[in-house]
Amino acid sequence: MKVKVISRSTDEFTRERSQDLQRVFRNFDPNLRSQEKAVEYVRALNAAKLDKIFARPFIGAMDGHIDAVSCMAKNPSHLKGIFSGSMDGDIRLWDLASRRTVCQFPGHQGAVRGLTVSTDGRVLVSCGTDSTVRLWNVPVSSIMESNDSSNNSAKPLAVYVWKHAFWAVDHQWDGDLFATAGAQVDIWDHNRSQPVNSFEWGKDTAISVRFNPGEPNILATSASDRSITIFDLRLASPARKIIMRTKTNSIAWNPMEPMNFTAANEDCNCYSYDSRKLDEARCVHKDHVSAVMDIDYSPTGREFVTGSYDRTVRIFQYNGGHSREVYHTKRMQRVFCVKFSCDASYVISGSDDTNLRLWKAKASEQLGVLLPRERKKHEYLEAVKNRYKHLPEVKRIVRHRHLPRAIYKAASLRRIMSEAERKKEERRRAHSAPGSIPKEALRKRRIIEEVE
Amino acid sequence: MGTKIANDVEINPVPAIEKGISEEEDMNVMKYLRGEAANLEVLQDKKLKGQLALREDLYGKSAKAAAKAEKWLMPSEGGYLEAEGIERTWNIKQETIAREVDLLGSRNQYDIILPDLGPYTLDFTPSGRYMTVAGRKGHMAIVDMKNMNLIKEFQVRETVRDVVFLHNEMFFAAAQKKYTYIYDRNGTELHCLKEHGAALKLQFLNKHFLLASINKFGQLHYQDVTTGEMVGNFRTGLGRSNVMQVNPFNSVVAVGHSGGTISMWKPTSSAPLVKMLCHHGPVTALAFHSNGHLMATAGMDRKIKLWDLRKFEVLQTLPGHTKTMNFSQKGLLATATGSFVQILRDFSGSQNYSRYMSHSIAKGYQIQKLAFRPYEDVLGIGHSMGWSSILIPGSGEPNFDSWVANPFETSKQRKEREVHSLLDKLPPETIMLNPTKIGSVKPTRKKEKPAKQEIEAELEGAVEAAKKASFKKKTKGRSKPSKVAKKKKEAVYKAKKPFLEQEAKGEGLSKKKRKNIEEENQLPRSLQRFARKRQAN
Repeated sequence: MKVKVISRSTDEFTRERSQDLQRVFRNFDPNLRSQEKAVEYVRALNAAKLDKIFARPFIGAMDGHIDAVSCMAKNPSHLKGIFSGSMDGDIRLWDLASRRTVCQFPGHQGAVRGLTVSTDGRVLVSCGTDSTVRLWNVPVSSIMESNDSSNNSAKPLAVYVWKHAFWAVDHQWDGDLFATAGAQVDIWDHNRSQPVNSFEWGKDTAISVRFNPGEPNILATSASDRSITIFDLRLASPARKIIMRTKTNSIAWNPMEPMNFTAANEDCNCYSYDSRKLDEARCVHKDHVSAVMDIDYSPTGREFVTGSYDRTVRIFQYNGGHSREVYHTKRMQRVFCVKFSCDASYVISGSDDTNLRLWKAKASEQLGVLLPRERKKHEYLEAVKNRYKHLPEVKRIVRHRHLPRAIYKAASLRRIMSEAERKKEERRRAHSAPGSIPKEALRKRRIIEEVE
Repeated sequence: MGTKIANDVEINPVPAIEKGISEEEDMNVMKYLRGEAANLEVLQDKKLKGQLALREDLYGKSAKAAAKAEKWLMPSEGGYLEAEGIERTWNIKQETIAREVDLLGSRNQYDIILPDLGPYTLDFTPSGRYMTVAGRKGHMAIVDMKNMNLIKEFQVRETVRDVVFLHNEMFFAAAQKKYTYIYDRNGTELHCLKEHGAALKLQFLNKHFLLASINKFGQLHYQDVTTGEMVGNFRTGLGRSNVMQVNPFNSVVAVGHSGGTISMWKPTSSAPLVKMLCHHGPVTALAFHSNGHLMATAGMDRKIKLWDLRKFEVLQTLPGHTKTMNFSQKGLLATATGSFVQILRDFSGSQNYSRYMSHSIAKGYQIQKLAFRPYEDVLGIGHSMGWSSILIPGSGEPNFDSWVANPFETSKQRKEREVHSLLDKLPPETIMLNPTKIGSVKPTRKKEKPAKQEIEAELEGAVEAAKKASFKKKTKGRSKPSKVAKKKKEAVYKAKKPFLEQEAKGEGLSKKKRKNIEEENQLPRSLQRFARKRQAN
């Protein structure tokens, strides 16, 4: 007869000394655990509620400008600083950690319309309505000293005067050239006082310009004739142009997928395009109720932030039709510029009320250094919430956002109007010969034509 | 001999041993996959399809990793008993086993004789470390089974019919003569639960923190022990019964009645979920397997039946009498009559139970309760002269999971576990026959009329909501009781109105009219005004 009985010796299963860690034994057998889904559901519900409790996205406001903030620029080699230019010509360098001005760059006579930093982070280029392009030395040493809160001002490296007012400026990601947008699109070199090259298509002003992060010679501009044009520096003439129904205020390229870009439009939507195939938008991002003024991609390429004339800042997924997050404050008026920080954790918005505001990209994120156990717990809660987020009770909590009354009303009005239009279209189609009224997707409908 | 394929490369067939191993691994992987993969072919949304395909891939990988961990990383191996030669396992006596087994094992075999305190019933904590015993004459005790330490014993000088541990060894509930009481580990009476009345059997639902009891009038009570709220209170309608068990898989409570029926209950509905006729006489014992689809029932008609709970069919019928039954973690079934215990086991995994072991305790002792000790190869027997414990090799799960139940728990770990289980406390609405339905999406109805039952349920829900709605208290005599009552009546009528209208519309139409309406709907919208109208003529 062969017999064996379970016998566990206490030494094997308990710790030897009180300094040791307690021993943990695992058996993943599902038969030991009953009703796993119900437990997960309760955890998802609790995770959604905790998320809402800890959702405090607003970190602080940066006060200092005396006129509306019109443009911002990120320094690619320094995480903590951000440049902002205002409508009265004042350019400031801010330290995000202490939310104070590190340095001021006075000089512009009119509004500063565009700011950009060179690839190595040493030179700041600014342009304005006073038809000048100014190059400034970025004070690297004083950025390091965060204790030094004195407002030192810097003198410009160079001032180039030109024939027309400028609307925007952008620097190449991997080169020495920068482009300005105005009556024409001009390409400048740091050392030349005149543009090296100049592009024009039609008689309308270009209002924004962006270089492609992947291809240093490609840039996209938007003009006041409701068009988006893609230029190639190596060709003498512009490459491609699409004309939409409404004007595009700003463009941002996806840093992880450099062939895609998203355009922030006057008709409250953002349109994502593939630059190789411009006849149809890849995705339409709808949630704003007023013109979208600025757009910036996160360095992960997975989401982007938009600031709109309707006083809100929204964060969208790169392929999502609706926003995942909306930020608003009573004190924040029309948002003119937004930037996603280079570590993908913060969003900075510059608005009409002369303040720059710093927000968290993930509203309930715990800042600071997390213990591995804390991090794992957060990851688990996020995962279990995502698994059950389609169930009605969890969905209700996850989706819930407080909106200011004006925006809520405007959004419902837009919904009613679009619903009415859709129904009319349906009825027209139902009462006409089948096939006589074609169905056109929103992605195509907003584009009038594509021009070579 | 190799097989040749297209480009003349020989491959050797997989040898038979390896095939066996990989089949075993596949079985294990199936267990960890917890069901079938979702059918992604029907999805039209390509983005979603891609995301779900990625997910399914990850599930497959984690199931494989878990199967590998099970094979190589488990610290203990299970017990076994193999007979050699002409001896059979059911002939082997406990004394022989005690001689062959090591010291730690043989310590688990004992008899405690307490002759005058009545038949004993016992209960183990889910970790198997602590046991509570109660004699019918009022003797209650808590024992720490690791060190055979008597933690506390006391006398309540009243009939005690049943005793259960609550969520840990600090609290237990006793069904006494007139009421149910909750006691602390030190014997302090914490609560007297008067609403339960004279309970005959108690059961504790671990994950929901619900204490279920059945009393001598056949009333089922569910009480939440964390808030003290009575969650459900139902009349079974089938008379007095003292057979009640909780199905550990889905937490439904099954009650066996004297008509041979078994009814299964959940705390949120006043009608039973299932009522099945099992035996030709009263049901005497009931037990559930931990996998949720095997149930053993015994009746006065001298039959023990094994049921498949998914199809509600009898799998096997065995002859025998028993007053108490229990399944072990590994699927062994223990039954007892008089002073004879029999253990049944399905050797091939095909749910075909046959004799495995048997044991006779001293003649004249009547066995009251059988309970397998979790995570040990031990069966606890409560009988009329005390309690005993015998060794049943192969009955317990050898490897425990510290996060589920830890027999070596320290007090700090116990406190942490209590807090975590309170945070994860399941609401009583999650109790259902198939617990895997939570999180699944109901397929959209394709213009089907809701069934009559559903309409009635909706009507009931609306009426209840209307009845619950509270009215604002108005001053200056405008909230007189008569006016409030009238308002309430109006609210209930308003809630009922749409259903009544629907009924009038739907049922008033004759078959012909309905056919016409159908025809109308088949035409394109612009031509619907030309549909034939027989009634118009």
